[in-house]
Amino acid sequence: MGRRTLDAFLRWQEASILVVALLLIAWFENANHDFLLSSASLENLSQFVAPAAIIACGEIMLMIGGEIDLSAGMVFALAPFVTYFAADAGVPVVLAVLLGVAAAGCVGLVNGVVTLLLRVPSFVTTLGTLFLVNGFTLTISHGTPVPPPGSEAFAQVMGAWGYSEILWALLVVIVLHVLLRHTRWGLHTIAAGANEVGAREAGIHVTRLKIGNFVLAAVLAGFTGCLEAFRIGSIDPQAGGNQIMFLAVAAGVIGGTPLAGGSGTVIGGLIGALVLGVLNDGFTLIGINAFLFNIILGGAILAAMLFNIHITRLARAGGRA
Amino acid sequence: MSDSNEAMRAAGPGEAPRAGNASDALRAEKIVKRFGAVTALDGVSLSLRQGEILGILGDNGAGKSTLIKILTGYQPPSSGQLFVDGREVALHSVDHARSLGIECVYQDLALANSLSVYHNMFLNREIVYRGPFHLLNHRAMRQQAAAFLDGMGVDIPSVDLPVERLSGGQRQAIAVARAVHCNARILLLDEPLAAMGAREAGLIIDLLLRLKRDGKLSIAMIMHNYAQTLDIADRIVLMQHGRVTCEKDAAATSVQELTEIVRREYGQHNLSREGGRGQDAQRRG
Repeated sequence: MGRRTLDAFLRWQEASILVVALLLIAWFENANHDFLLSSASLENLSQFVAPAAIIACGEIMLMIGGEIDLSAGMVFALAPFVTYFAADAGVPVVLAVLLGVAAAGCVGLVNGVVTLLLRVPSFVTTLGTLFLVNGFTLTISHGTPVPPPGSEAFAQVMGAWGYSEILWALLVVIVLHVLLRHTRWGLHTIAAGANEVGAREAGIHVTRLKIGNFVLAAVLAGFTGCLEAFRIGSIDPQAGGNQIMFLAVAAGVIGGTPLAGGSGTVIGGLIGALVLGVLNDGFTLIGINAFLFNIILGGAILAAMLFNIHITRLARAGGRA
Repeated sequence: MSDSNEAMRAAGPGEAPRAGNASDALRAEKIVKRFGAVTALDGVSLSLRQGEILGILGDNGAGKSTLIKILTGYQPPSSGQLFVDGREVALHSVDHARSLGIECVYQDLALANSLSVYHNMFLNREIVYRGPFHLLNHRAMRQQAAAFLDGMGVDIPSVDLPVERLSGGQRQAIAVARAVHCNARILLLDEPLAAMGAREAGLIIDLLLRLKRDGKLSIAMIMHNYAQTLDIADRIVLMQHGRVTCEKDAAATSVQELTEIVRREYGQHNLSREGGRGQDAQRRG
């Protein structure tokens, strides 16, 4: 009975990380009552969690296939500049945002084609495009920030209103969760990550699938870049960068998606981003040295990975008939 | 059982092909496969009759895997003919072979370990809801998979379990069930009992015998273990260095006899190879 309950709990992938998130929130709330109950800090928390969660969704789809996109942070900075130049040239602002996101998708397409068709490991492909895209963005922007285009109302929808970005994030998480668990695309992504040869033998177009996921990851990174630009009210060529990319990958790993491929959870990625946000805001509010954040983050990634590998294996060994 | 197969037949490349037989589900005639200078298959002729289990025996390097790859359409033969239900076919892809009802269960099983049993059963043939998004109908797949496995007598704790939590025998059973579920008429199995304990192997043997009793399937399986093969198969063919050296009814032979043939053939083969090498050396010298 107890064994079975424990087993079921361990099998629910997101359970352990959700418990960690709730414990952390309770602890910080106890230490400083302004942590959640003041609307300013809640808004702050949501604005930290949202971009990491959206980019994590794309990274998780790739990580399930055993791939990664290191260029996401640079695509994040590129997309709003494409939007800016498009709007500057007279394109309506909604269409300009779509163009920015499409430009991001093109980088994803290059990532996917080079990785899948030219057989370069995605770590190397996207390391290359990371520098390429960064240099390109710095060149076209002359290294100077610009204001985002469009009306005030549009900016509010796109992130300037305190909670609009987290709403976008929740929407993306729900859509990606349905994509992963309730469509053939998601099921085949998992199958290809678990057994690529077997998936091909079953007639699944693994190459097309993986290239699609590279495009998806880049599109989400570019869209996040646009949201952040409208929230901050400035398009900065230095925005995003490797920090946001690694935060997103960390959110995925902490949430229960191993880089090895074959399994993963989008909901876990959201909770992983929440844990990172809680740690970041919590330390700031309590007044503990902010440098501690990276130490805790590093420890959390290692702990999550160890938990993932060893506890899951224990559960499996126990469940074998 | 016909008399012609009681006698041992040396099906060498020089032998005349057997007369066309409508009851053959699958027939290969004088199949040759060369990889550069290496001849993997040197004129293999064999037939798989309707509703029988054929055991293909032979050591590593005898050409069994190459033969399976040709029968599944994975590779074309260098020369030779294939007949499905008496009609000549040139298999140009695995999908083509599949459309003719030829399914293969490979040694790696082609299962996605992290996915559930029912997802694996329906992999790439998923049931989806009607509508713009084609969402997966998990419930229908779960029910149909459970019913199908139940009907085949495959006993697993739950179709919801990821296949990585099943034993080797259960996984093999799922892989066979998936192939049968694809409306296979000709089932090719690559070492279905490899690395399995006695109990696990018993599970698969029972499954194969049940499938045979239903009579809808013709099964050819590559095997290593002579005794197990003679237990399950109706007929056996023995392959050595790219040829069929013996074709017999399982009831008409024994492990001793097969071992004896293998020893004799290898003796001859090694002798002729030694001779060949000698000539090569002379030529080079």
